[in-house]
Amino acid sequence: MSDSLVADAFRQIRERLDCDPGLVARGRFVNATVIIAVGSDEWRLRIVDGRITELDAGPFVMPSFTFRISAPRDEWLRFWQPLPPPGSHDLFALLKRRVLRFDGELQPLMANLFYFKFLLAAPRAFGSEV
Amino acid sequence: MSAYIEPVVGRYMHLEIDGRNHRLYFEEAGQGIPLLCLHTAGSDGRQFRALLNDTAITRDYRVVVFDMPWHGKSSPPSGWHHEEYRLTSASYVSQILAVMHGLALERPVVMGCSIGGRIVLHLAEQHPEKFRAIIGLQSSPAVDPYYDTGWLHRPDVHGGEVCGAVAYGLTAPTSPDPDRWETVWHYMQGGPGIFKGDMYFYKVDGDIRDRVDRIQADKVPIHLLTGDYDFSCTPQATRELAERLGPSVSAQIMKDMGHFPMSENPARFLEYLRPVLESIKTNA
Repeated sequence: MSDSLVADAFRQIRERLDCDPGLVARGRFVNATVIIAVGSDEWRLRIVDGRITELDAGPFVMPSFTFRISAPRDEWLRFWQPLPPPGSHDLFALLKRRVLRFDGELQPLMANLFYFKFLLAAPRAFGSEV
Repeated sequence: MSAYIEPVVGRYMHLEIDGRNHRLYFEEAGQGIPLLCLHTAGSDGRQFRALLNDTAITRDYRVVVFDMPWHGKSSPPSGWHHEEYRLTSASYVSQILAVMHGLALERPVVMGCSIGGRIVLHLAEQHPEKFRAIIGLQSSPAVDPYYDTGWLHRPDVHGGEVCGAVAYGLTAPTSPDPDRWETVWHYMQGGPGIFKGDMYFYKVDGDIRDRVDRIQADKVPIHLLTGDYDFSCTPQATRELAERLGPSVSAQIMKDMGHFPMSENPARFLEYLRPVLESIKTNA
């Protein structure tokens, strides 16, 4: 495993939106700044009308964000497998095992739960190897 | 080309449950040993569509599926708009017994999934003599709450969307897409606050951990079937339950299946269910 795997995953998340107008349409009311914590590394997505307009890698000194989703790196890598094993196939499966945490203003997340589940699972379609 | 008409009949019954009048929708198919099916929280009887159409089962079983009050095509009782829906263990048991009585189901096999898989444990504890056998799908004595169910019913979150997205996550990625999405659609059609109200039973009132040891598995045969992708009722929870119930209880973990086996992957599920029903019939 190398750090480039995680960088690739976020590139794939962004690319997924470029080739999936259905997902953009699903998230057409999403306007949020989202931080995804992969272990101790953080990534920030600025989403406007369902499209990612900015994607930055941390570290961030004083990040403002709408909500943050945090999980250990190995959990994200299992979640991004093309066919994740039981317990790793859904964000709520990770929540149930208490290895994932939602922080911040969660209304945009819960009001657009399909969108965020599909967006964050995008690397699966690219056949990520872990 | 003429349409294919399923051999499933749907009707409405009027009956009293806990002193209130209800109009409940139910479907049935087949003849023989009554098999009463209980759907999951926030959904309805369409989850059992494949079972109702399986001739290997309906030639020996009269399969009966009802939509719980407030669910599917069953109406909420008069005055519903003045109250918050909340399912309790007592009201759940009452409605099942009322349906059995109303349809004159004599010692049926009862099979429930999720909340249905929980209430069958209550039935086994309280009324073992009323049932020929009990089948618990995704059955556990309790579930550790892991998200705030308040999100399922509030005006700034579309209930159908959020309930559908929660249910989608509980299906297995290996289940066929059309059946997965049919399962999700049922959740998207639930009434406001109904899934949340069922969760009150599933996560709070229906906790039967301290009474599992009172269930006498020698009084009624118990069969447990659980999908390995289910993180709500996990295989481990079912195995622990089976261990507490004793060696007469059969427990099977169904591979590549999630929380809604009969609905998200019916063809595969029926392969697990048919031998169970065959053994119940043989031992009847």
